[in-house]
Amino acid sequence: MTVKSHGSNPGRSRRLVTTSAIAAVAALALAGCSTGAPGAGDEAPAEDTGTLTVWLDADRLDALEDVAARFKEDRGITVKLVNKDFGDIRDDFITQVPTGKGPDIIVGAHDWLGKLVQNGVVAPLELGDIAGDFQEVAVTAMSYEGQTYGLPYSVENIALVRNTDLAPEAAATFDEAIATGSGLVEAGTAEYPFLVGLDPAASDPYHLYPLQASLGAPVFGVDENGTYDAANLALGGAAGEAFAVKLAELGASGVLNTNISGDIALEEFNAGKAPYYLTGPWNLPAIKDAGIAYAVDPIPTTGDQAATPFVGVQGFYVSAQSENALAANEFLVNYLGTEEVQTALYEVGGRAPALLSSFEAAQGDADVAAFGAVGADGVPMPNVPAMDAVWADWGATQVAIINGQGDPVALWQAMVTSIESKIAG
Amino acid sequence: MANTLPSTGPRAVVPPGDEPDAPRGRLAEQRGTPGLKGTLAKIILLGAVDALAVFALFVLFMQESWLVFAIAALVTLIVNYIYLKPGALPAKYLAPGVFFLVIFQIFVVLYSGYIAFTNYGDGHNSTKEDATSAIISTSQFRVPDSPTFQLTVLERLGEYSFLVTDPDGEVSVGGAERPLEDASNAQTDSNGKAVGLEGYTALTFADLLANQSEIGALSVPLSDDPNSGALRTPDGSRAYLYASTLQYDEAADSFTNIETSEVYRDLGDGAFVASDGAELVPGWKINVGFENFARAFGEEDIRGPLLGVTLWTFAFAILSVASTFVLGLFLAIVFNDARMKGRKFYRIAIILPYAFPPFLSALVWLGLFNQDFGYINQVLLGGADIPWLNDPWLAKASVLIVNLWLGFPYMFLICTGALQSIPEELTEAATVDGARPWAVFRLIKFPLLLVSVAPLLISSFAFNFNNFNIVYMLTGGGPRNIEAGVDAGATDLLITLVYKVAFGSGTGRDYGLASAFAILIFIIVGLIAAYGFKRTRALEDLN
Repeated sequence: MTVKSHGSNPGRSRRLVTTSAIAAVAALALAGCSTGAPGAGDEAPAEDTGTLTVWLDADRLDALEDVAARFKEDRGITVKLVNKDFGDIRDDFITQVPTGKGPDIIVGAHDWLGKLVQNGVVAPLELGDIAGDFQEVAVTAMSYEGQTYGLPYSVENIALVRNTDLAPEAAATFDEAIATGSGLVEAGTAEYPFLVGLDPAASDPYHLYPLQASLGAPVFGVDENGTYDAANLALGGAAGEAFAVKLAELGASGVLNTNISGDIALEEFNAGKAPYYLTGPWNLPAIKDAGIAYAVDPIPTTGDQAATPFVGVQGFYVSAQSENALAANEFLVNYLGTEEVQTALYEVGGRAPALLSSFEAAQGDADVAAFGAVGADGVPMPNVPAMDAVWADWGATQVAIINGQGDPVALWQAMVTSIESKIAG
Repeated sequence: MANTLPSTGPRAVVPPGDEPDAPRGRLAEQRGTPGLKGTLAKIILLGAVDALAVFALFVLFMQESWLVFAIAALVTLIVNYIYLKPGALPAKYLAPGVFFLVIFQIFVVLYSGYIAFTNYGDGHNSTKEDATSAIISTSQFRVPDSPTFQLTVLERLGEYSFLVTDPDGEVSVGGAERPLEDASNAQTDSNGKAVGLEGYTALTFADLLANQSEIGALSVPLSDDPNSGALRTPDGSRAYLYASTLQYDEAADSFTNIETSEVYRDLGDGAFVASDGAELVPGWKINVGFENFARAFGEEDIRGPLLGVTLWTFAFAILSVASTFVLGLFLAIVFNDARMKGRKFYRIAIILPYAFPPFLSALVWLGLFNQDFGYINQVLLGGADIPWLNDPWLAKASVLIVNLWLGFPYMFLICTGALQSIPEELTEAATVDGARPWAVFRLIKFPLLLVSVAPLLISSFAFNFNNFNIVYMLTGGGPRNIEAGVDAGATDLLITLVYKVAFGSGTGRDYGLASAFAILIFIIVGLIAAYGFKRTRALEDLN
């Protein structure tokens, strides 16, 4: 059929176009094959200068250009910065390292670590004497089963953002905050007593975790190395069930509403419709732009313990199959671990630095200081692979409890059983 | 499948009066006179392709990928043969298409077929060698509270040595199998760091880099006692004292935990396993035969909700095809009527949903359906409180509505094309014979339409059967029946359920299991499509 229809259009020009098109496509295909082929293996023998390939996203790429140039000057090693979408880095790294064509270094989040170790794609990193120069929570987050794997560079966590026009005083307990908020709603000056972005299908256990932690129910117990022990699920028990009851209560009174997504929560807070908003520093620029007068407070407690948020740490990892391991270690520990670079990364991304000296320097920014103070008590988000099994059940159960679909305690117990059986495999 | 179907459309559109002989004659004529320009272009383009091929072959040769090298060489030869040989016109046209078909379809299909018989996934990601070296490197722990040693790497007779200065200024030297010994006669720099030793050459940073794999692997025992640990260097300028928690015995191919004396052996499960069943992480990729298929049927998370999910998958696919087809056909008929004003404008407007990326549309709809804030409840229904996505049955309806919105423009397009190819004389003749419009449509237009459209309906069914995007983006399979204890929601299709089981829970991503499921789903869809196509052949006989 196709041949005939071409034949009915005589003339050499048409045929030429077709042939060129075919050839061009074929050429592209071959080019595709060949550009994919030469990997780190070809570049290694290059006499006295090696190449370090680093995968990072656009923001951090700009921040690292200077230090990469300096590394080249000092050490004669070219640092090739490759722009990747942050969300793709983890999975691409896991797939590509075993082929020998992966990068030497990636930027990543600390909760990827369990999965990277499980797949044997990340090499331990000895921070040596500089380990003490970082915030402790950052180094703990970059460790798995007692071994340190990454160079941390930023630390972030959520806190309670308060509209100071509506609520001039910080609340110590969650009940106080809700009472203030409900008072404002009744008075007609606010529409919501409290805002937090949730998902209709998955809730948001990350944002709700401080309320749970305050009642004394962490996710996992901690082993003697100070890292999370997947075999020791601590969600259940009386403390966890107390949280379930609390969730049901907050859902019934409309304080928590799974239809208020992250976008809606931000929009409503920016419209001045709520006194409190549980969120992270990433939403501050929008809140400032909206002209809201705000303060950043510690998260009010629901129980007798501190309402500690999860701390998220980002950092750099070295590939287990890097052929430039020495150079990669040198670059991370002695260049990226310096105050200058950590401060530059902070200035570009706005995430609080993990290095203490840079963190001190960033204290001039009141928001960084306030979020940092809340995060100082925080625990790293679990980085064990078993966490994958927790998120889905945890979120779906919270949705059911908030929407009053069953007895909260029974739902919570069913969730714990289900997660335990998934972790056990 | 998608490649073969579109040709059905044009075939129906080609007027039956076209003479097939004429083009063939012209082609023959053309073949006789290639022309200077044509020949030149052919030489240049083929030359470019060959140049790239030679480059690729060179790279493959250097990488010693012999199998790929042989295949690439063979393909290059075939391509040259086809384009240099006079005649063989069909081959010249087909070669590029076949080339890409093999790379992007056949290879991918065969590869996922192969993956289905392995344990490839999280924790079984690479070869046994990689896993062994990863275990060795992660089992090296720095001895707690041990000092940092300043290091200079030395070389003598091709052997490397560590010249280390401890924090007290004591200098010692040692190498692999040569425990540290005193070297207080070493030259030191102004900071007291030893930088050279007589009889040895100190390595510069460039030397270090050139030999980094050997230096990185070098382990210098601290003393004669093997339990005192060994010095290793991560960066060539500092050394740290490490002790290992696991001892690898190469001859026995096993790891021994130094503290507990537990032995981990390779028992053919793709991991080193202790007697109590504990595995060392990571494992490696092995062939597991039909184990993934056995798990596909045995997995409790799949078996429990399987019946409900399968029924809904069929219902979703059938209702999606039916609703989009009915609406598309109706609009096509309406806009095919010459009395309709502004047809071009409407046609463009109708095609718009088709032009948006489906996942983007799904996200927009997600916002529209929001129970408290969505446009549908707030504005269209005046503040109603309908749980569009939170009620199992309404969520099913919502998914179908969104899919109708996304899918009808496609049906509209193909029906418009097919309607326009039906000769107007048939309608006129029927009208003259006294048939009413409905009868004309039912007895003449619709059967003719089905001839060209039915295969597309089948492919649309196959597509919707696996319509992962819309369900994943709109409801994520939910709302989930939390009391059922399994991770299946009211709108989960087979493909999203498989995704959750293979990628979402417990042990992480399991490509082997996912591929096995993909093959099973392919068999289901393939059987239905084959049956459907068999039935449409009967329709073609009508013509």
